[in-house]
Amino acid sequence: MNSSNAHKKIERNVYLMAVLILVTVSIGGLVQVIPLFTIETTIEPVEGIRPYSPLELAGFNIYIREGCYNCHSQQVRPFRDEVERYGHYSLAAESLYDHPFQWGSKRTGPDLARVGGKYSNEWHVGHLIDPQALVPESVMPQYPFLAERPLRADDIADHMRTLRFIGVPYTDEMIENALADLKAQDDPFADIEGLLARYPKAVVADFSGTPEVMEIDALVAYLQVKGTLVDFTSYRPEQFRQ
Amino acid sequence: MTAASAGVGGSPAGIAARSDAEPQYNEQVIRYFVIATVFWGVAGMTAGVWLALELAFPALNFGIEWLNFGRLRPLHTSAVIFAFGGNALFASSLYCVQRTCRAPLFGGPVVANFMFWGYQAFIVMAAVGYLTGVTQAKEYAEPSWYADIWLTVVWVTYAVVFLGTIARREEPHIYVANWFFMAFILTVALLHLGNNIEIPVSWFGAKSYPVASGVQSAMIQWWYGHNAVGFFLTAGFLGIMYYFVPKRAGRPVYSYRLSIIHFWSLIFLYIWAGPHHLHYTALPDWAQTLGMTFSVMLWMPSWGGMINGIMTLSGAWDKLRTDPVLRFLVTSVAFYGMSTFEGPLMSIKPVNALSHYTDWTVGHVHSGALGWVAMISFGAMYYLVQALWKRPQLYSLRLVAVHFWVSTVGIVLYISAMWVSGIMQGLMWRAYDQYGFLQYSFVETVAAMHPYYVIRAIGGLFFLAGTLIMVYNLIRTARGDVRSEVPYVTAPVSRPATVKPA
Repeated sequence: MNSSNAHKKIERNVYLMAVLILVTVSIGGLVQVIPLFTIETTIEPVEGIRPYSPLELAGFNIYIREGCYNCHSQQVRPFRDEVERYGHYSLAAESLYDHPFQWGSKRTGPDLARVGGKYSNEWHVGHLIDPQALVPESVMPQYPFLAERPLRADDIADHMRTLRFIGVPYTDEMIENALADLKAQDDPFADIEGLLARYPKAVVADFSGTPEVMEIDALVAYLQVKGTLVDFTSYRPEQFRQ
Repeated sequence: MTAASAGVGGSPAGIAARSDAEPQYNEQVIRYFVIATVFWGVAGMTAGVWLALELAFPALNFGIEWLNFGRLRPLHTSAVIFAFGGNALFASSLYCVQRTCRAPLFGGPVVANFMFWGYQAFIVMAAVGYLTGVTQAKEYAEPSWYADIWLTVVWVTYAVVFLGTIARREEPHIYVANWFFMAFILTVALLHLGNNIEIPVSWFGAKSYPVASGVQSAMIQWWYGHNAVGFFLTAGFLGIMYYFVPKRAGRPVYSYRLSIIHFWSLIFLYIWAGPHHLHYTALPDWAQTLGMTFSVMLWMPSWGGMINGIMTLSGAWDKLRTDPVLRFLVTSVAFYGMSTFEGPLMSIKPVNALSHYTDWTVGHVHSGALGWVAMISFGAMYYLVQALWKRPQLYSLRLVAVHFWVSTVGIVLYISAMWVSGIMQGLMWRAYDQYGFLQYSFVETVAAMHPYYVIRAIGGLFFLAGTLIMVYNLIRTARGDVRSEVPYVTAPVSRPATVKPA
């Protein structure tokens, strides 16, 4: 048979076969990935999206370090029950500055895309230290060590510079003030005018009640900003059509 | 049949006929890989059982950071996929390629040993990173930049050794198992490079940020993630199937033409299926629809492979009664057929709306991972230990049968528990009461999972116990021991009852 004869050429030549394999497996990926960088409607233009404040960024990195994404999604799907349970469905723009995305793939715990502002800072601190004390049926691990360990943040400006290099619009001013902003966000008596100008809607509080910035402060600051940046009352649904 | 016999140049008959001039195969490195496979298999499955227990009894996290679920889960997935599965693929592909090409490994023993120790070093680097919180937070691609670079070096070595061995082959044709191994090695290289474009914060620190963000990073990650399944856990293990099933059954591959068709269509279609992990997310609809369509199409080549594997037993079905190793190999292909039917089903958007984010996905993965990947690896390990340690028989075929049934019961417990809990949780999330309010709070759906998490842990314990039985059997086999036991009767059942085993 002809096709078998044609294939004999391929299966007698390792180089030809290797090239054909690489071509065959490249097509699908190219078609699906490249347009996401070129089609303008991939990410809806919405107002309010900003890079993480230094403390929130440190919290984002603790979220990653502890593997929270293994059990929590950050992606509300456009279903009636999810919108009622969690809030407005997620927009692409809302994870624009997440390197990488934290959409997750499993909800052993609830979605966290819009957890910001739903619970008090005190609830989050208590819940992270001992989830079962507040939610007896919870299967979440306990994170007492986050409250005992000071946040190592001396290199936070380096993190922001790295992120700026790959496209996050941190300004020189933001990077200059990185460490000061980080400390100010954990101190309700600090001068926070500059911080809030640079990072609108950042939640400022002494989250864990310690004078020092602890790891848990950063994580709670991150959780409290989740999903709060876009003001959905100022948009109509058809504006989000892709 | 002429084409078929040419295409399977390395078939059992072909090798047996010319075994007088056997080249100096490198078997030492394959023995290493076999030992590593078994070692990491036990480690990874133990971690899995521990995680299952943590979900059933969260106090087992102990509030200790490196024992917490979030850090241990990547350790489990990487240990079973890349350490257990990866070493099984190294062992079987390097064994297969030498024999079907009638050529020793390209590069010689030094390069081969580098490949072995380099890969183990990658595993240790990744594992230490997970426990200490060094992760990229991309599922199945968690290792940070330094481990990624190291793996690239090791993987390029693997590709050069494998393709180099094929290039110096004595056989005119490249045997079908090697097509699959080639596709696995080359595509995993491509996926690894594409998904790990990242910038370290400092050359002296472990932290790195992936260059892509948000929706694009999601698409790239699941392009990688789904094809880690498609090429690492499918194409690679199909290579194992195409060598070990015919060898063990003593029959040629069922259809040469089907091999060609399903090989090219499988590798072409698989790469498109990634977006089904992102249904109803902020990924644009066109990409979701493409992902769903190709996932459904993927059903066909997947079953082409299953049919080719199972029908290879044509004329040798009776061996299933007397050879529990073959039973492992064939059952694994049946599980492959089952999960490759379930996968396309779950990729259909309305089904996915229910299944996504629930344990149904976890159950689906494990029917593939335990039923297909682990079982065919067990079959290959029984085969390889006997062959590499030059033993005329295994220590005990009866123990292989015990292993088979213990692990099968474990799988059934595991996947049925996850079907029930997954579908139940999905339905509870969307349930409304008579007043039009959501009926269940989230934590009520968590509490409802408890009995199924316990059953799942018991299923995992069964599977781990089966693996330990295998370890014992393999160690005794390597030592040359033979258990005195009632042998399996190889004579046909229809013979008179007076026939007694020798």
